Amino acid sequence: MTTVSLTVNGQSVTADVDPRTLLVQFLRENLRLTGTHVGCDTSQCGACVVHLNGQAVKACTILAVQADASVVTTIEGIAEGGELHPMQSAFREHHGLQCGYCTPGMIMSAIDIVNRKGSDLDEQTIRAELEGNLCRCTGYHNIVKAVAAGARAMARAPLQQAAE
Amino acid sequence: MYAFDYHRPTSVKEAANLAGQAEDAKFLAGGHTLLPTMKLRLAGPASLIDLGQVAELRGIERSGDAITVGAMTKHAEVAGSADVRAAIPALAELAELIGDPHVRNRGTIGGSVANNDPAADYPAACLALNATIVTDKRRIAADDFFQGIFTTALDEGEIVTQVSFPIAAKAAYAKFRNPASRYALVGVFVAKHADGVRVAVTGAGSNGVFRVPEMEEALGRNFAPEALDGIAVPEDEMNSDIHADSAYRAHLVGVMARRAVEAAAARG
Ligand SMILES: Cc1cc2nc3c(=O)[nH]c(=O)nc-3n(C[C@H](O)[C@H](O)[C@H](O)COP(=O)(O)OP(=O)(O)OC[C@H]3O[C@@H](n4cnc5c(N)ncnc54)[C@H](O)[C@@H]3O)c2cc1C
Ligand code: FES
Ligand code: FES
Repeated sequence: MTTVSLTVNGQSVTADVDPRTLLVQFLRENLRLTGTHVGCDTSQCGACVVHLNGQAVKACTILAVQADASVVTTIEGIAEGGELHPMQSAFREHHGLQCGYCTPGMIMSAIDIVNRKGSDLDEQTIRAELEGNLCRCTGYHNIVKAVAAGARAMARAPLQQAAE
Repeated sequence: MYAFDYHRPTSVKEAANLAGQAEDAKFLAGGHTLLPTMKLRLAGPASLIDLGQVAELRGIERSGDAITVGAMTKHAEVAGSADVRAAIPALAELAELIGDPHVRNRGTIGGSVANNDPAADYPAACLALNATIVTDKRRIAADDFFQGIFTTALDEGEIVTQVSFPIAAKAAYAKFRNPASRYALVGVFVAKHADGVRVAVTGAGSNGVFRVPEMEEALGRNFAPEALDGIAVPEDEMNSDIHADSAYRAHLVGVMARRAVEAAAARG
């Protein structure tokens, strides 16, 4: 057993884990944060994407022990005060999901895209940046629309907060 | 995944010592090749030595006529480095074409060269740019480092610490991606140096990354796509699989080489 200490969605957690425990297993099975999904377990599909120290990563391809002393944000950690994150709202509004299996990974990736590329995203950029996220249902069309709208909404959000 | 002992050294020296003591140990870098392989039980090391906390293995430095990249530097860091963009834009563009954003946030240059996957991108850049692979023991020229599929000059327990790329006058990388895996179906890196041209091909060769001397000579005389007319690589030395047969790959080598030369020639 190896001890890991990390911050998940703002809370410190310490646990003893078998070193072969994947970060996604640790989140789902130890912390019961089952919003992060396992689609392929082969690093392809992006259903397991979380933010590790602010960067989007595939949690099925990282050991929990590699995340020691890190800050992790999962899909459960992005809504604030009972309000959906603007990217979550955009997926709902634009029908960016059907079965919803890929959605947590899509949303965590989409927020990362905005963090890196800004809020004015064209379709080509969104499609290229979502290369590591597979969806078996939607045909991607509404996901792309949702990401573009969510990105614009994220740019407005801080202004709204300032006005409140 | 089989169980293993986990070690987290904070210096190269400590990592090397651990590798010397532990039986059947493997280094863990970004884990984006090793962990999938362990999940499939194609690898089952008794110990993993995680290089993630070894600060001296990270970072990008420009010193005179070379760009030196620490082994644990992530693909996204190379793609986003202003120094790399300015000195060897082709190298930043290559890093940007690896996998997807999540892979680029974890995968490292050291892991990529140590692994020497026949469809990986960095080996082509190393060969064409005449890079030096620096380890905790010695400096190895790229020409001597890559020794066939998944095979390198590294000894057991030897740690790649840096890859040093001489700054070429002009360079470009043209990649035909496998649309599913995003690895190179064929990738050609062309670099024009003061003392000649180097052309390296990844993805295509049945024995891994290779140079094309005939193309290098022709481009040395005339650095233009037309110089490659009539030059072909031998089909029977190309990979053949469900994605592309050897004839198609041989053809793609010519096409990608022309595109790379065109892109390199167009640079300032
Ligand atoms: C979905 C997906 C898509 C990908 N697409 C591409 C692509 O398009 N092009 C491409 O080139 N690659 C691609 N990759 C591979 C990716 O770039 C890997 O990250 C890389 O090949 C290995 O680097 P790593 O840091 O993850 O190494 P690891 O997986 O940690 O290690 C790989 C091997 O190298 C050894 N090693 C690691 N670091 C050192 C060191 N410093 N010294 C000595 N030995 C060391 C390890 O022991 C292990 O044997 C892809 C991977 C995935 C999962
Ligand atoms: S479950 Fe991690 S990439 Fe598919
Ligand atoms: S909505 Fe079903 S997989 Fe994307």
